[in-house]
Amino acid sequence: MSADTAIRPRRNSNRPAWEEKPTLIGQFGKGTIITVVLAVVLVPLWTVVVTSLSSEKTINEAGGYVFVPRELNPSAYVVIFSGGQVTDAILVSTFVTILGTAISLIVTVLAAYGLSRPGTLGHRSILFYFLLTFLIYPGMIPSYLVVTGLGLKDNLLALILPTAISAFNLVVLRAFFMNIPGELYDSARIDGAGELRILWRIVLPLSRAVTAVVGLFYAVGYWNAFFNAILYIDRNDLQPVQRVLQQFILAGQSPTTSGMAVAIPGLGSSTPPSLAIKMAVVVVTIVPALIVYPFIQRHFTKGVIIGAVKG
Amino acid sequence: MSAPPIAEPQAAVKAKKNKAIPPQRLSFGQRLRRDWPLLLMCLPAMLLLLVFHYIPALGNVIAFQDYNPFAGDDPLEAFLYSEWIGFGNFEYLFQTSAFWDSVVNTLSITAFQLVFYFPVPIFLAILLNSIMSPRIRSLVQSVVYLPHFFSWVLVVSLFQMMIGGAGLLAQTLRQAGYTPPDMMTNPDTFILLITSQALWKDAGWGMIVFLAALAAIDTSLYEAAAADGANRWRRMWHITLPGLRSVVILLLILRLGDALNVGFEQFILQREMVGRDAAEVVDTYVYYQGIAIQQWGVGAAAGLFKAVIGILLIVGANKLAHRFGEQGIYSKS
Repeated sequence: MSADTAIRPRRNSNRPAWEEKPTLIGQFGKGTIITVVLAVVLVPLWTVVVTSLSSEKTINEAGGYVFVPRELNPSAYVVIFSGGQVTDAILVSTFVTILGTAISLIVTVLAAYGLSRPGTLGHRSILFYFLLTFLIYPGMIPSYLVVTGLGLKDNLLALILPTAISAFNLVVLRAFFMNIPGELYDSARIDGAGELRILWRIVLPLSRAVTAVVGLFYAVGYWNAFFNAILYIDRNDLQPVQRVLQQFILAGQSPTTSGMAVAIPGLGSSTPPSLAIKMAVVVVTIVPALIVYPFIQRHFTKGVIIGAVKG
Repeated sequence: MSAPPIAEPQAAVKAKKNKAIPPQRLSFGQRLRRDWPLLLMCLPAMLLLLVFHYIPALGNVIAFQDYNPFAGDDPLEAFLYSEWIGFGNFEYLFQTSAFWDSVVNTLSITAFQLVFYFPVPIFLAILLNSIMSPRIRSLVQSVVYLPHFFSWVLVVSLFQMMIGGAGLLAQTLRQAGYTPPDMMTNPDTFILLITSQALWKDAGWGMIVFLAALAAIDTSLYEAAAADGANRWRRMWHITLPGLRSVVILLLILRLGDALNVGFEQFILQREMVGRDAAEVVDTYVYYQGIAIQQWGVGAAAGLFKAVIGILLIVGANKLAHRFGEQGIYSKS
C-alpha cells in the first residue's frame, strides 16, 4: 500500500538543493522498514475487523482468523448490541467517558484559567500544590481504602473521580492560556466582563484545539480504564467494556479471572462466545478512538510538546 | 521531606513582562477582593486532588500500622484505631523473598527496556525525519501514533490473537505443517514479549518528542556542513545527534525515576498466563499483598518503599543531569 510510494520520491521538490540524492540501498532500506512498521500496526487491526465481519462458516474454512474478506456479515454485532453483558458494558463505558470527560474538562479548564495570570494571590503556592502530584504518588492501597471508605464501591463515580484531574493536562492548558495576549483581557475587563465571561467568550474560543486535545486525552483514559474497575466494581452490570474484553479474550487462558459469567442472549451462558463475537467486542473497544482520532491528530504534536517542555 | 522546586514554566516568565497584573503594593485584602474569582476557579481541582491524591498519600501511614479495616466504623476511621507497629511491616517485607523477587524482576525489566526499547523511538524519529515526502510522513505518523490510544487490555488481546497459542501466526504455521510454540505463556521469553508489546503500543508515540527536537534544529547548520563537504553520515553524527542530546537526557532521567514503575496493567493481565516468577513486579506484589490477600499494612509498605525509591531516583538522576550540564526536569535554583 505504501511501499511503492515510499520508494518513489526520486525527484523530490521537498529536498533542499544541498542534500545528496538518496542512494538506492538507502531508499530501499527505508522503504522496507517503514512498510514493516506499518504492517505490524495494521495487520492485527485488519484481521480483527475482517474476522468480526465473517460468518461462522468462513471462519471455520479459514481455520480461525480470516485475513481475506469474503463477505460482510454483521451478525456478530447484532448479537452483542441486542442486550446482555456486552451491551451493558458499552453503555457503562459510554456513560463514564462522557460524564468523566465533562467533569475533568470543566475542572481542569477552570483551574488552568485560575492559574494563568502570574501575580494573582497565592498563584505560586497553588501551582506548586498541583505540580507536587508529579512527585508524590498516593499509592494503591491507601487510594483503595479512601475510595471504598467514601462508599464508592460499585459506584460508577469510582471510575471517574479518582482520575478526574491530571496535573499534566492542567499544565498544558495553562501554558496555552498564558500565551493569549493580555490586551484581550484588558479590553474585556473594560467592557465589564467578569472572569467567567472572559474565560467563556475569549479564552476558550481561542484555545479550542488545545482544549479538544486535552479532552481527547481524558476521554481515552476513561474509555480505556480497566484497573479501577477491577478494584472498585464487582457488579456484573456495571463492568466497563475493557473488563468484558479481558473476560472474553484473555480469561479463557487464566482460570482465576472467571469471576464474571459470560452471558450472551442466543448463546446460552455456558457456550463460549464465537470468534466473530470476540472480534466484534475488540472492534467496539477500538472504534471510539478511531472516530475521534482523525479530528484531533493534527493538534497532538503541539499539545504534547507544550506539555513536555513546560512540565 | 522538602520537595525540590519545580521549574516555573518558561512562558510564565515571559508573559509576566507584558500582561501580568501589575505588582502594585496591594494589601492582602485588596488582592483577595481582586482575585477571589480566580481562586474559586482553582478550588474544585484542588479539592479533587486533596481527596483522591493527597489524603491517600497521607494514608500511607498504614505502612506503619497493623491496619485492620474493622477497627473503626468504616475503613477511613480504622486508620485512627489501628495499632502502630513501627517498621514491622518493612521488616517482614525485607525478609520476604517474594518481595525481592518482584524488585529484581522490575529492575531487570527496566534495564532490558532501557537497552532495547529506549533507542527505538529515537531511531524511528531520525528515520522519519529523513523522509522528504510530507504525504508519507503524515501517513506513517498517523499509523504509529494510533496504538498509544489503545488500552493495555486491547494490546495484550491483540498479541494473544496474533502470536498466542491459538493465534493467527500459530494458525498459519499449523496449516503449513509446523507445531507453533505459544509465545504468550512462556516465562523464559516473557521479557521479550512485554518489551515488544510496549514497543508496539508506545514507540510511535514516543517519537513525537524527538521529532519536535529534530524540527527545532537549525537547517542552516546542515547547509553549512554540506557546503564544507560533510556527507549524510557525518551530518547525522555532528548535527542531528547532538541536537537530540538534551531531550534524550531528559527522557533518560524520567525513565530512571520510573525504574520501579514498569506499567501495572500489562503485568496484572498476564501474570496468570506466564506465572508469578516471571511476571511479578512491585506493583502486582502490592496488589496481591494488599487487596487480594488483605495484608493492607504490608502492601502499603511495599508501595511506600517504591514511591520513596522513585523520588530518590528522580532527584539523583536530576543531579546527574546537572553534572552533564543539562537542565534536567527541574532547574538548580
